[in-house]
Formats: sequence, structure tokens, C-alpha cells
Amino acid sequence: MTWRLVTGPILQHPGRSLLCVLAIAMGVALGFAVQLINGSAISEFTRAAQTLAGKADLTVRGARNGFDEAVYAALAQRDGVALASPALEVDAKLPGRDEPLRIIGIDVFRAGRLQPALFAEGADLLDSLRADTVFLSAAAIEWLGAGRGDSLTVQSGLAQRTLRVAGTLTTDDTLGRVAVMDIAAAQALFDRVGRLSRVDLRLAPGVDTDRFIATLDLPPGMTAERPRDAGSATDRMTRAYRVNLDVLALVALFTGGLLVFSTQALSVAQRRCQIALLRVLGHTRRQVAGLLLAEGLMLGIVGAGLGLAGGLALARIAMEIVGADLGAGYFRGVAPNLRISPTAALTFGLLGLAAALAGSLGPALEAARAAPAAALKSGDDQRAFAALRLPWTGIACLAAGAILASLPPIDDLPVFGYLAIAALLMGTILSLPVLTAFLLARIPRTRYLAVTLAIEQLRARPAQAALSLATIVAAVSLAVSMAVMVSSFRTSVDAWLEGILPADLYLRASSGGDSAFFTEADQSRIRAVPGIARLEFLRWQQVLLDPARPRVTLLARDGVDTDAERRLPLVGAIATTDGSLPRAWLSEPAAALYDRTPGNRIAIPLNGRMHEFIVAGIWRDYARQNGAVLIDRATYMALSDDHSANDAGIWLAPGAATADVTQAIETGFGAEAIEFATPGEIRALSLSIFDRTFTVTYALEAAAVLIGLVGLSSAIGSQVLARRREFGMLRHIGVTRGQIARMLATEGFVVAAVGLVIGSVLGFAMSFILIHVVNRQSFHWGMQMHVPLVGLALFVAVMLALATVTARLAGRQAMTGDAVRAVKEDW
Amino acid sequence: MLSVRHLSKSYPGPRSRDVLHDVSLELGAGEYVAIMGESGVGKSTLLNLIAGLDAPDSGSIELGGTALAGLDDDARTRLRREKIGFVFQAFHVLPYLDIARNVELPLALLDVPPMDRQRRVATMLDAVGLGGRGGSLPRELSGGELQRVAIARALIHEPALVLADEPTGNLDPDNAAQVLELLRECVKTRGAAAILVTHSDRAAATADRVLRLTAAGFTG
Repeated sequence: MTWRLVTGPILQHPGRSLLCVLAIAMGVALGFAVQLINGSAISEFTRAAQTLAGKADLTVRGARNGFDEAVYAALAQRDGVALASPALEVDAKLPGRDEPLRIIGIDVFRAGRLQPALFAEGADLLDSLRADTVFLSAAAIEWLGAGRGDSLTVQSGLAQRTLRVAGTLTTDDTLGRVAVMDIAAAQALFDRVGRLSRVDLRLAPGVDTDRFIATLDLPPGMTAERPRDAGSATDRMTRAYRVNLDVLALVALFTGGLLVFSTQALSVAQRRCQIALLRVLGHTRRQVAGLLLAEGLMLGIVGAGLGLAGGLALARIAMEIVGADLGAGYFRGVAPNLRISPTAALTFGLLGLAAALAGSLGPALEAARAAPAAALKSGDDQRAFAALRLPWTGIACLAAGAILASLPPIDDLPVFGYLAIAALLMGTILSLPVLTAFLLARIPRTRYLAVTLAIEQLRARPAQAALSLATIVAAVSLAVSMAVMVSSFRTSVDAWLEGILPADLYLRASSGGDSAFFTEADQSRIRAVPGIARLEFLRWQQVLLDPARPRVTLLARDGVDTDAERRLPLVGAIATTDGSLPRAWLSEPAAALYDRTPGNRIAIPLNGRMHEFIVAGIWRDYARQNGAVLIDRATYMALSDDHSANDAGIWLAPGAATADVTQAIETGFGAEAIEFATPGEIRALSLSIFDRTFTVTYALEAAAVLIGLVGLSSAIGSQVLARRREFGMLRHIGVTRGQIARMLATEGFVVAAVGLVIGSVLGFAMSFILIHVVNRQSFHWGMQMHVPLVGLALFVAVMLALATVTARLAGRQAMTGDAVRAVKEDW
Repeated sequence: MLSVRHLSKSYPGPRSRDVLHDVSLELGAGEYVAIMGESGVGKSTLLNLIAGLDAPDSGSIELGGTALAGLDDDARTRLRREKIGFVFQAFHVLPYLDIARNVELPLALLDVPPMDRQRRVATMLDAVGLGGRGGSLPRELSGGELQRVAIARALIHEPALVLADEPTGNLDPDNAAQVLELLRECVKTRGAAAILVTHSDRAAATADRVLRLTAAGFTG
């Protein structure tokens, strides 16, 4: 019997119940999918690092372009070290391919004891020592379509070198696409003699790894970590992006919970007499509340179950289409297998249940508290909404939101920023009856009866109107805030790109990998090409400023000391310097992450030593989330003894043609060894990457809007059904079907308009927090606010049209029944 | 004024039901008739057919010389708007409009100028004993008072025919008596014809004549 009492109302309105289930499922699916995808990618990274480290207890690393191999000798002789294995890792450019191949140079005699995965089964040992042989992982063989005995061409500097594939590594696919060769051969091949990328250490039995790491006195810019911790840096790098997506998924879930709330509140109000009857027949308040909560729980269980299944499917599809980084570019070259995380499943399953239960709680408690005698009377349903008319909780939430927005981040995460958005959202929704009444009171009277009836009906029931509005306000605010934030971001990026690309043409040795570069001789040859008025070379590399953080990009460009003030997109003041220290220009993320302001000092590891710089200014940079430091290339060359360059900016001489200059340079170096791009091409590519990064955001936004629209139509539909007697009476006294349809369309239009006004105002407030708090604290990016007026106007028009049509359709459905019978219906 | 000839109506379905069979009725202007009969015999169905809210299977209805059969839904609605007033058992007063605006509804439908509407509403509310209560909301009124509002709404536009379906079914005897007296007085004062459907002999006694509806048609 209890089962029937719980399932009866759900099955009585299957469409409405299904919408609630789908809304919960959507939120659960989105959150679960984001966790699954990122968890799988991080897990794959960690497994790859562990496979590479083999039996090593710890790995010592330095700057991306390596460190002096004398460090290896010192480590190998250190007390407590049983075995040390050096390696050189180079992401080698392959002519004709966009993505590089990671080549690992190893000392076969040492790696053989520590990293068995780096060996080929049954291979000729001499092949492991030859200068021109490599062993490929199975993934690399599949990617390259090459097999044993085939040749492989790699680029070193601008020269192409051919290697022979001598066999396949015994390892499984955890390493991804890699090639292994002798370390001395790799050093020679890539012009890195005396340089290493890592040293894997096996400690003697009884030596505590953590204590050993603590006592290590490594040269500047180097760090030691356990192999199992390798994924944590990647995890930290992707965390801000992932947390943002998680929060969006939670907003979708919140919207689903709101849909359950509005549906249950309207349903319970309509069933007030039935529920009162249960009380009259002997059900206690607790039993009534339990029945109604059980309804919510049922919706939650089905929604969460569907959501988890949907999330799994969504994760598979998303990984196929946008990749393991969800389009953000963190995990290129990684094709992880999807790993189902029971913890994530449990978390999001429970969140789905919690959303459904929380949505049902208010209506259940209100129904249980209602006096049965009063509730049995027709017209008592208005009491059910009395609690919604109290604005104080809403005002308190709004005030809390304003305070939370001003608080600093916790562990680099904008926790209070998110809480501020949640508080604003909650505060607005709790204030909806008051806000709705305020806005409706401002609509002027009209002589059209259908419009008058519609407005009066809404004015008299602001709490019900607010219930219809709750989901649409949440969805619209999310859509508007994201649209404003993304538009501000995109406009700022576009303006930034225009400013940082002043040259006529850009030349680079390789867009991916670090094996290709211009030597001093190459640079001289380019300078000699006719038609070039001015040439600027850029050298970039990754340096470690803080072992707990990902590497920072060090940019060394010609002429920075003379033109930085004029050329850089600077934010804030410029420090006046006395010239005693070289100047460094920090990107916004670098300044925030390392807590530096103009006038401060910053130490940068170069050539195994720390060098002091003075922070001259902060510049806007959207390209490097982990921070960038720009210094003059002359200073860099003097301190590092590295005279090579990766990129060049070319200003053409008056009358010179771009095609002539590119052809002249290509003739000198070979078209496959270098890449040209005009500022326009770089800009277009950058913006397409930007758009891809936000693909998932757009999808989540669309999902939330869909839930909101569904919520609005569901609420309008259920209210229209509840008013069938009213329509029946109106038909009796001579109101035509068309007039009733117009009345409902007006109601839908007005409700949607009120929802859009409130949702848009809330959305602008949320976008302000997203831009100035969440983005700044997550990614340390500043941006100018830009409102996409045309897009928003279109969005508003579509939402108004859809709400109007929905209400009209709901009215048509209500009028399909016999208007005559409707006036006789008691329940 | 009203001519109902050989009217038949059945409801199809798995358990199809003949409700009215060959029913005829003539009603002159100013005539007040009560229709009684057992539940399910078709009293309310007859009212709905007369009001053009439902279509008969056979037979014809003429209201003020206009045959309903030739009219589409909108035309029947306009005819109902002009010539008929309804009083229901459950009052059916719009809860979100005040009393005056509830009563004003039929005039608004007929595009009567606002000033004229206000004057007529005030007069009508006085007539039903609710003078000065126009600004009250329906939830502030008792059942008897709500039915007075319904009567005012049914007569405000001076219809030729008033259809009252169990108008006292939800009222106590004292209130029922007052409402019936008011209904008769208002109908007679305005020269309208009226059909009162009821189970109550006391209610039927207020009519000029009483008709009993049976499966075989009208008797008495």
C-alpha cells in the first residue's frame, strides 16, 4: 500500500516525473563524466611515470632543457644510493607531423637493472648502444606505422637525422608514444652533450625515501619526487579547469534539484486535499513527510542511476571527440583507457540523491505541517506557498554572497568565489516571490481582457510564479554569466593577440617539441635574407622556480630592455630600476603564483645557478597558465651561454613580399624544417583553440538552459492543468478558446520576461564574480568585461518565444479536455 | 425565446450511455423553469447543450431565433457571451480578481466602456446585497456571498437566459433560501428567462413551473 502511495503520484504525471529524473540525471552525468575523464588521464600519466621509473624510489628532475650531468655523478656516489640511472628526454620534432615523439636516452647498463620496461625483448644488445638505432613502444609503432628495420627521421636543430627502428619495447602501452636509444647517442643527436633530463635513484635497503629527499641539496631549479607523485603536478595543473567544470556540473545538479522542488511544491499544493485526507485517515505528520520524501528519493534513485550510466557514456564520447583534457590542451598525446572510479560514482550518485531529497524536503515538511481540516477546504492551496513569501533568508544569502566574493582563495582555489555565486543564486531564488511581485506590480494595466486576466492571475500568486521561475532564473543566470565571462575572455584574448603580434611574419623551428631550434649560424643566415627590415629572435624554455609548482616558461627576446614598456600589454605600474640587476617582466599568472609586484626581486635558475632579477612590470598573458617570465635575450645569453633560438619575428622591408621572404628562407633550410605563420593565422588558430577549450563549457551551459526551459514548461504545464476549472468557467461565460490561449501565452511571456530580467541581473552579478574573483584566483588572468549584447538579445528572444509557445501548448492540452466537465472537478 | 426539439445525446466509449432521448422544451421570455430528476438523467447535459458547450447527436436548439447547429465554436461562444448567464454549484469565482472585477468580466468580454461597466457593477452589487464590498477578494467572502457574486456576474450583462446548475448545492438552508429568492428576483426584474436545475423541492418551488426529466423525456 505504501509503495502505491509513493509511486501513485509519480506515475499519475509520468511526463513531469520524467523531467525531474532527467534533470537530476543530467547533473550527475556531467559531473561524473568530468571526474572519469580527468581521473583516467591523471591515472595514465602516473602509470606512465611509474613504468618509466621502474624500480626507482625517486626521480630527480630539472629544467626542461636539462641539467649538467655532473649532478648525476654526485647523486650516484651519495650514501644511501644503491643505483642511479641517468636519462635524457627530448620531445623530438618529426618532419611532416604536428606532434613530437618523446625520445628517451638511457644508459642501458644501469637502466637494465632499474627500468626493465625500457628494453626490447630479444633485441641485439649492440643495437642498444649504436648511435643510429631506436626502439619504439607499441603505441609509437602504431602511430608512425613503422616496424623493425624501418627508418625514422627526426629533426635536431634544423637538420634532419635518420634513425633505424631496431625493435619494440617490452613494456605495455602505459608509456604511450616513446622511443628509447642510447643516452650518449641521444645527447650527440640533439646537441645536448653533458646534459640530462632526469636521474632515477634506487636507494639502499633501509634508507627512508622521504628523509633522503629532505637531505638532498640539489642545484637551483631541480627537484626530487617519488614516481607515484608524478601525477600530482599534472593534477594540480588541471585542477583549476577541472574544478570549474565540476562547479558547472554542480550548478546543473542544483538546477535539477530546483526542478524537483518546484515540481513537488506545485504537486503537493495541488494534492493538498488528498494529503489532508491521509492525515484524516490516520497517517501521522512524520508518515506524510516520509511518503513525500520517498517520492523525491525515488526520483533521485532513478535520476542518479541514469546519470551514472549517462556519465559513463558521455565520458567515452567526450574522450573520443574532444580528448582526455576536454579540449583544454593539457593531455596531448595521451589516449587513456576510461577507468571507472567507484568513489566518483558514489559521490555523484549521492549528490543526485541529495539534490532530489533536498528539493522534496521543503514541500514535504510544509504538507506535513498543514492542518488537515483547513487543507481539505478548496482554496487552501495558497497557504502552501506562504513560507515562500518571506524574503529575509534570501536577503541574508545575497549579503553573504557580497561578503564571500571579497575573500581570498584557499590553496589557489576560488572556494569563496564559488560560494559567493551559490549564495547569490540561492538568495535570488529565495527572494523570487518578492522580486516577482515587485516587477509584476510595475506592469501597466491594459484594456485587453486576456492580458488583464493573465497579469492579475500572476500578481495574485507571486509564490507560484516564483516556483515556475526558479529553474529558469538559475539557468538564465548561468547562461548569461558564462556568456559574459567567455565573451569578455575572448574579446580580451583577441585584443591581447593583436597587441603581442606586431611583426609581419613569424618563423619557428617547431610548434611542438624541443629538438628543433635555430643555432647562431642559422640566425645569421636568416638575417642575410633580402627583404627583411628587422628581425627579433626568441628563446623559450621551462624552468622550475618552485618544486611544488609546475614549471614556468622563461622567454628571452631580443630588444626587451629597450621596448618592453612600449610593446608589452602591461597592467599596473612599472618599477624604476637603478640598473644594478637585470630586469624581468612577469606575466599576470607568474606574478600571482609567486607573489611578486614591480620592484620585487625574483631568482631564476640558469645554467645551474640562481640569478637575481628585478621585477620591472607585470604583463597580460593568456597563453601560459603556469606563468611566464620575459627577459632580454642578450642577458639570457650572457647568463646561460645558450645562443640558440626557437622563434623569430620578421618585419618586412618596404616593398618586400611575404612570399618572397618565406621562399628564400625555406630554400635555405628546407620547408619541412621550419614553420611560418602570419599574425592573422596565429590569431585564428589561437581563437579556435580558445573556442575548443570552451566546448565543454558551452555544452554544460546548454544543458543547464535546457533544464531551465524544461522546468519552466513543466511548472507552467502543471499550473495550467490545475486551473482547468477556471478555464471551464471562463468558457461558460463566453471566453473563446483563442482568448484563453492568448491569456496563457501572455502568462508564459510575462513569467519568462520576469525570469529573464531577474536571471540576467543575477547573471551579470555572477559574471562579475567569475571575471574578477573566480578567473583571477583560478588562472590569475585579468580581463576587460564585455557584454555580448547581440547574442544575449537573441538568447532572450528565443527564451521568450519558447516560454510563450510552451504556455500556449500547455493551454491547448488543458483545453482538450471537456471544459464542461472541468467545472465539476473537485480534485 | 428558447426552443429545444427532439434532442438526443449519448456518450460513446466502452460503456456508452444514452443520456437524453428525444427531449423537447419551449421557454418563453421571462419564464422561470425548474428541472428536476435523478442523478445521471441528463439535467446538466441539457444545460450544456442549450449553452452550446456540447453538441447534440440529433435534434435542434434555437436561442433567441438563432439555431445553434449552424454555428462554429467561436460563434456559439459569442452567443453565450451575449445571451446567457451561468450560475454554478461551486460558485467558480476567479480567486485572483476582486469581487467587482469578477462581476465586471462579462461586460469586459462585451467591450462595454469602462465607465459604464463601473456604474453597472456598483448597481448590480447593491442589488445582490454586496454594495461597498467590490474591493474584497473572494477568499474574504462566505459561500452564500460568493454565490451572490456568481448571480451578479450571471446577470450583469442582462442576458436573455440564465442557466443555474444546482446553485444551492453548496449552501446551508438559510443561505440557500436567500440565494434562491435573490436569483428569482433578479431574473424577474430583468425580464430574463431562467432554467434552474436542482434536486431540491424547496428550490424547485421558487420556479414558475417544474419539469421532471426522466429517461423517457420530460414529464409533469
